[in-house]
Formats: sequence, C-alpha cells, structure tokens
Amino acid sequence: MREITYRQALNEALKEEMERDATVFLLGEDIAIYGGAYGVTADLWKKYGDKRVLDTPISENAIVGVGLGAALTGMRPVAEIMYIDFIGLCLEQLNNQVAKIRYMFGGKCKVPFTLRTEGGAGRTLGAHHSQSLESWLIHIPGIKVVMPATPYDAKGLLKSAIREDNPVVFIEHKMLYNVKGPVPEDEYTVPIGSAEVKREGKDVTLLTYSRMLSFCLEAADVLEKEGIDVEVVDLRTLLPLDVAAIVDSVKKTNRVVIVEEDCKTGGTGAEIGMKVVEEAFDWLDAPIARVAGADVPMPKSPVLEKLAIPDAERICEAVRKILNK
Amino acid sequence: MNLDKSTAIKLLTRMMEIRQFEDKIMELLAKNIAEGGSHLYAGMEAVAVGAISVLNPDDYITSTHRGHGHAVAKDGDLNSLMAEILGKKTGVCKGKGGSLHLADVSKGNLGANGIVAGSLGIATGAGLSVKNRKSGQVVICFFGDGATNNGIFFECLNMASLWKLPVVYVCENNLYGMSVSVERACAVQDLAKKAQAFDMKSDCVDGQDVLAVRDTVDKWVDYARKGEGPSFIVANTYRYYGHSRSDPRAYRTREEEKFWKERDPIKIFSNKVLEQGLLSGEEVKAVEEEVTGAIEAAVDYAIKSPFPEPEELYTDLYV
Repeated sequence: MREITYRQALNEALKEEMERDATVFLLGEDIAIYGGAYGVTADLWKKYGDKRVLDTPISENAIVGVGLGAALTGMRPVAEIMYIDFIGLCLEQLNNQVAKIRYMFGGKCKVPFTLRTEGGAGRTLGAHHSQSLESWLIHIPGIKVVMPATPYDAKGLLKSAIREDNPVVFIEHKMLYNVKGPVPEDEYTVPIGSAEVKREGKDVTLLTYSRMLSFCLEAADVLEKEGIDVEVVDLRTLLPLDVAAIVDSVKKTNRVVIVEEDCKTGGTGAEIGMKVVEEAFDWLDAPIARVAGADVPMPKSPVLEKLAIPDAERICEAVRKILNK
Repeated sequence: MNLDKSTAIKLLTRMMEIRQFEDKIMELLAKNIAEGGSHLYAGMEAVAVGAISVLNPDDYITSTHRGHGHAVAKDGDLNSLMAEILGKKTGVCKGKGGSLHLADVSKGNLGANGIVAGSLGIATGAGLSVKNRKSGQVVICFFGDGATNNGIFFECLNMASLWKLPVVYVCENNLYGMSVSVERACAVQDLAKKAQAFDMKSDCVDGQDVLAVRDTVDKWVDYARKGEGPSFIVANTYRYYGHSRSDPRAYRTREEEKFWKERDPIKIFSNKVLEQGLLSGEEVKAVEEEVTGAIEAAVDYAIKSPFPEPEELYTDLYV
C-alpha cells in the first residue's frame, strides 16, 4: 500500500469530502492562500476559491459561532482553530452554543460541524503553542472528541467527522504531520467512537491516543525483549470513549497503564481510569498506573519540554513497576 | 410603508400577545407556578414586532436572553412557548430549553440565548450560509446594548461587513445591561457609531413606534436582500420590568419608568390607528379580548401539559 503523511491524509480527506458534498466548506485563520499553519489545507483554496476555503480574521470565538450558524442553516462547515491553545478564546461558543444547541432545542436541529485543531508539545514552542487540552473538551456533553494517531486513522476519522450530523472536535498533533503511514487510495472511513488494538499482548494494556501511541509502541518493543508482552490500545476517540474495547483488553491482560500527554491532574487518564474501575475492576490484578504530562505550563527549553511529557522509557518503568519487575 | 387594516390588526395582535404573555408570566412567577427566572420583554414590543413583520417566513432571526417577544413575533405558537417556559413536554423545545432558549428552527427562529452576545456568531454564520447558498434569505440579529461591549460583537460585525453578509443587526438599546446603564458601561454613548469601525451602514429608530421600526428595518432588510451587505440599527426602547423578577430596580428612577410608560408602544400604535380611522375603538378592544383569550388558553395548556418523562434526560443530545 502507498504511504503518505498524516498531513497529506488529512488534506485528502478534506478534498474528497468537498468533492462529495457541495455544502462542505472550510473556514479558519490562514487556511486559504497560506494553506494552514501546518499545511493541512494546502492547495484547496486554489481549487475551490474563497467561497469554500475562507480565510477569516483572527477571531476565534466568531469562527466557531459562524460555523455553528452555517451548520444550523444547511451547510457543513469545517473550521480550523490553529492551535488548541487558542480554544479558550472560543470556549463560550463551543461549550455554550455548539455543544448544547441541539439538546436545548429539544432535538429540533442538527449541527454538522467539524472543528479541527491541533495540540501537543515537541516543537519547543512554549506555553501558548504546546498544550494538550482535550480533557477540557471531554467534559462537554454534546460534542465528540477525536484524536487520531496515524495517517490512516486521520483520514478515515476526518471523513467520518465531516459526515457526522453532530459537532466533532478533531484534534491533530503537530508532531505527527510529517509521519508517514499506509493509506489506501480507495474510499474508506473510520468510525467515530471506536478504539483499535494497535498491538496485541497478554501481560499489560497500554491505553493511549494521539502522539503517545508511537511512544507506547516503542516501549512495547523494548519490553518485549524483557519478556513482557504489551497490548497497545489506541483510543482514537475520547468522547464517546470505546469502553467495550477497553474492557475487552483489561479482561485479557488484567493490568492497565494509561499514557497521555496532557497534564496529569484532571487529565483524560483520570476519566479513563475511573471507567476501568467502574466497568472492569474485578479483572484488575494491579492498581491502574498513569504516565502523563507534568502539571506545569509547557516550558520552552527543549530539555525541560522533553521532561514535561511522557517518553518510552517512562512508560517502560511504569509497566515494570505494576508487574513488579 | 403603507399600512392596511389587516396589517394593523396583525401588528396590534402581536404586540398585545407579547405584552399579555409577559404580564402573565410575571403573575405565574409570583405564584411560583413558573419556576426559575424570566427576562421579560414588556415595553419593547414594537421592536420585535415591527422588525419581524417585514421578514418572509423563511428568513432567520436570532434572539437574546430577553427573547419571548422575538419568539412570539416570529410566528410563535403561544401554547408551546408558554409550555416551554414551564418546562413542559409540549414545549417548543420539549421542556429542555426554557425561557432563555426559546427556539423554532422550522420557523427561522435560531434561538434565544443565555449568554449576552451569544447569538451574534450564529446570526453571522447564518448570513454566510445564506450568501453561499444564494437562497435570498435575510437574517435579523437582535441583541441588547450590553452586547455591544462584548468581544464577539466586534468579531462578528467585522466579518459581516468584510464579507457583505445579509444580516441586519438590531441593537435594542433599553438603557441598561442588567443594572449598569449605557452611560456607565459604554465609552461611546451613541451606539450606532460602533458600526463605523467596520464601515457598516447604521441607523437609529424610535423603538416605541412600531411603524417607525417597521419602515427602518424594511429599508435595511431590502438592502441586505439585494446583496448590499449588513447594517446596524439602534432601536431605543425600555423594559418595563426589572432585569429579572428579583431586581428591585435601584439603578433607575420611578420618574424615568413613568416617562417611558407614557410612550407605551401599544398605546402609541392604537392611538395612531384610531386617529387614522383604520380601526375603530371596538375593533381594538376586540383584538385585546381575543389575545386575552389566547393567552389564557396558552397558560391553561401549559399548566395541564405533562412534564417530560425521565427517559427524556438523555435524548436529543446527539443525532
């Protein structure tokens, strides 16, 4: 199968959905002529023009509100918020309006709205361009939250998100854009709300998503040489969480380590871990462990930045610890 | 605009419906039949009724936290609006929205809003959608003086002007954002000037005169429909009740209230149609009685309607 980058996979998903459905249009900062801060919308403006690839002023709250208004009235907008760090500027519209409007209106409207953004550390961009804020978003009933880790999933999930009649926050990772992986040329989608076992194992389950998947797979290779058989579950969607897939894996391995890039306190791992306790406690042979980001603003220095997020070695240590090895 | 008899009756009916609807809700709140709160539109009827009277049924509006008036005026069904305010299953939003979230997308009402300036984005986005779909519709975005100090107001007016969207922004200046007067909250007292920052056309109208509102809004709706772009209208008006039921109205004088009540929009309009001989005293009275009957029926309907079933808690969240 051909290999393309995560960026190209996303670009293809946008192009294909724009071809498929004339109501799909893109709006966001620097997405047209510039092609997006990370190049995801490259060349789409040339093909479709302003009407369907719309550069907006730097007005995040209005980008989300305008997207909602368009979604309510017959369009299928895909908005881009350049960095998830800017989500605070539009949380009012996202949390109070986008997420709640269908419920508040008694189900008498649809909100086919995709909000693309990207997050994560790794480029030493400092505290305002490196955060992982997904835990804020999974606390908002009414939206879905998707975080793909591979080019294949990125394309398939973005196509599903655009076709959804519910609002989806689609969070990419800045360190994945250049990562290559197999992506079929034929049409496919990946369902929202379904996790995938990316590596089978029997001794311990790593529950992870987004960029941390690659660190988990790296750790699994190291641990294999030590005789530890690691299963890696890529959650792919954080809201709604694929609890059945998590439980299946826990039943098999009886041990769980959650690997997340966001700050540990109040992070996604807290929710995922409690779901395991609620749904699979009887199958646990060890306490659930978390390998998470440090509870600090992301520091600039490359040395400190590396320390602030999990790496393969720390994942290995956590696994050895719960296996008493 | 020429005023014929049937239009006069329609305008009068809608204004009286809103007034009696709001007076009745105040009564229900006092009796604890209506729980929670409600921001009442009484006193401001001419703005919603005059503005919405020039729209087509498929045109859009967005409303505010003081949104009952807009909901009634946009062809609202009194029964299901009243039931919604009481949180009943038969409410227009199945009892899940309430006073702050009255909406009926099927009638072009994209919703009231619990957040001041919360609807500006929705209205602007609807305008973008209309323009892209070339549907010929127009959007009226209602908001208060308080909203003009909020960030998204500036973000949206900029976009609407930049992209020439068919949105008429109607600022209902009722002089107070909750308790803080325009004088104490706005560096620029002439709110219409705010549109100048975006090179947007602006206008100002007596919000107690339904015909003046109608004429002014009609002009700018027409402008929007022709693809000329957005506009910003300040309608000067006054709310009779406080911000909400717990408001002792310490920030304004009883003299000021009296001054405005002498300029009551329903009285002004009734007097005008009587003077012009368009309607007789009996006809005005007949409209009032009919409205009273409809409001009483709506209250009865709402009170007798069941609350939602427990299973409804988790429905309607996702498609």
